[in-house]
Amino acid sequence: MKKEIQVLTDSLFRREAGKMVAVLVKIFGIENLQLSEDVVQETFITAVQNWALKGLPENPPAWLMRVAKNKAINAIRRNKYSSNIDFSDPDRKLLQSEYTMSAQMEKLWQEDEIQDDLMRMMFACCHEQLSPENQITLILKTLCGFSTSEIASAFLTSEENISKRLYRTREFFRKEKIKPEFPEDNQIQERIEAVLKAIYLIFNEGYNSGKSNELIRKDLLHQAMYLCKLLCDHSQTQLPQVYAAMALMCFHASRIESRITPEGEIVLLAQQDRGNWNAQLISEGVQYLNKAASGEKLSTYHIEAAIAYEHCVTKNYEDTNWKQILAYYDLLFQLYPTSVVALNRLTVVYKLKGGEFTLKELKKSEFLKEWQKNYLYYSLLGEIYAESDKALAETNYLKAISLTSAEAEIRLLNKKIADL
Amino acid sequence: MKEYLLLFRGGEGPDDHESPEAWQQHMQKWMQWMGSLQEDGKLIGAQPLNETGKVVRGTGKVISDGPFMEGKEMVGGYLACKANSYDEALEISSGCPILEFENGIVEVREISELKM
Repeated sequence: MKKEIQVLTDSLFRREAGKMVAVLVKIFGIENLQLSEDVVQETFITAVQNWALKGLPENPPAWLMRVAKNKAINAIRRNKYSSNIDFSDPDRKLLQSEYTMSAQMEKLWQEDEIQDDLMRMMFACCHEQLSPENQITLILKTLCGFSTSEIASAFLTSEENISKRLYRTREFFRKEKIKPEFPEDNQIQERIEAVLKAIYLIFNEGYNSGKSNELIRKDLLHQAMYLCKLLCDHSQTQLPQVYAAMALMCFHASRIESRITPEGEIVLLAQQDRGNWNAQLISEGVQYLNKAASGEKLSTYHIEAAIAYEHCVTKNYEDTNWKQILAYYDLLFQLYPTSVVALNRLTVVYKLKGGEFTLKELKKSEFLKEWQKNYLYYSLLGEIYAESDKALAETNYLKAISLTSAEAEIRLLNKKIADL
Repeated sequence: MKEYLLLFRGGEGPDDHESPEAWQQHMQKWMQWMGSLQEDGKLIGAQPLNETGKVVRGTGKVISDGPFMEGKEMVGGYLACKANSYDEALEISSGCPILEFENGIVEVREISELKM
């Protein structure tokens, strides 16, 4: 029984933590983010103790909200005359008086406002003056209910490091008095871009890294998709690029089980068991992609989703429509001319035009210097040389190994060397 | 703009109401009244007071049980606000939900400046 409650509460807490923090920030002000997080933490502790003793309540989310609300009332009473909370704020003045506190608390805690609060908080977390690294750390901590140790293990860094990052971010909010709010209409495109970028970073952290454990990886995928779904479901944020990003994540996520074995080994696209791909997620992805097909703006998410879609609907690896995929990469490169896109594009060029042509293209590229820091460049070279010069292929694979710290990638590269 | 202290006497507490809902409805009126004061930037602060209390008196600082008035005439709470004139302060006071009760009293006093 205890074990069951633990499993249920873990996922429940993940979902509810963000909502609670979003409301609590409205109550205490973002300068008191730490206090908001503490109230959520205390609420969870109370829940675990109470539920272990008395069993689950009828409506656990409502129970959590009620307890958090009561704890917030206590915190407001404790701080009624403290300068920590800015009671000059119009929303907060009425919290200071016992005559109105309870009614004002109810008003701030309205269920139908919570989704909006969550969105506002998401925009605040992705404030342009915060580094992407700090943004996603904060999102995981405040909106996804991750503990510092969970974030640390997701990013393979120390808890101390994560705590420092969070501390600096909270200080930034406190000093700048950032108020979580919806961006102005003329800024929504730009601000949503930042939010999508952070969400996609979280997703990639879960999708790509063979470095953290499977549970945390899947958790990251789920959280990223959950946050993006919130954007898809909200009238003010359901923009084409949001749907496109959601489609992209659905397509990628559909292959996650086949892409990495339970032992953490990477399975290449060519060898993946396509029967194992999640048809449900693929069809959801298609639906989102259809919704994304409006407006005039073509985002990188649209194109990347189109590429992922091509792979998802191809029955056998041999039937892959590389020509179409290359056309998408050409488009992507036009829109987003980075070294990584250029390298990925050439990986497709290699499938279509062979090693010799690709090598020439690689050597004359303006990105050569940047690629030489990227293990994927040497991995591609290894693959190309594997046909002609096994010694040279091995040299390149070894160089690739020296440039990555991801263990699953290293094992994969070692396997490629062994297969030469 | 001047400052006024409104002292509340009489009225009814939560236990005098038929149900918690009726009490909540009553408190909702306080919310509306104080909310509009807050919106006008005129609310300074307000709190209800406990029924129990003590009194300290004179140079001897003699402490006795108090307040000494008849229960319902005891000060039960206060609100400090800004207003342009006594008239405006009285108008504000007339919206106080405590006046829904026959025994409700709002005493309106201007906060004075002491001569230096």
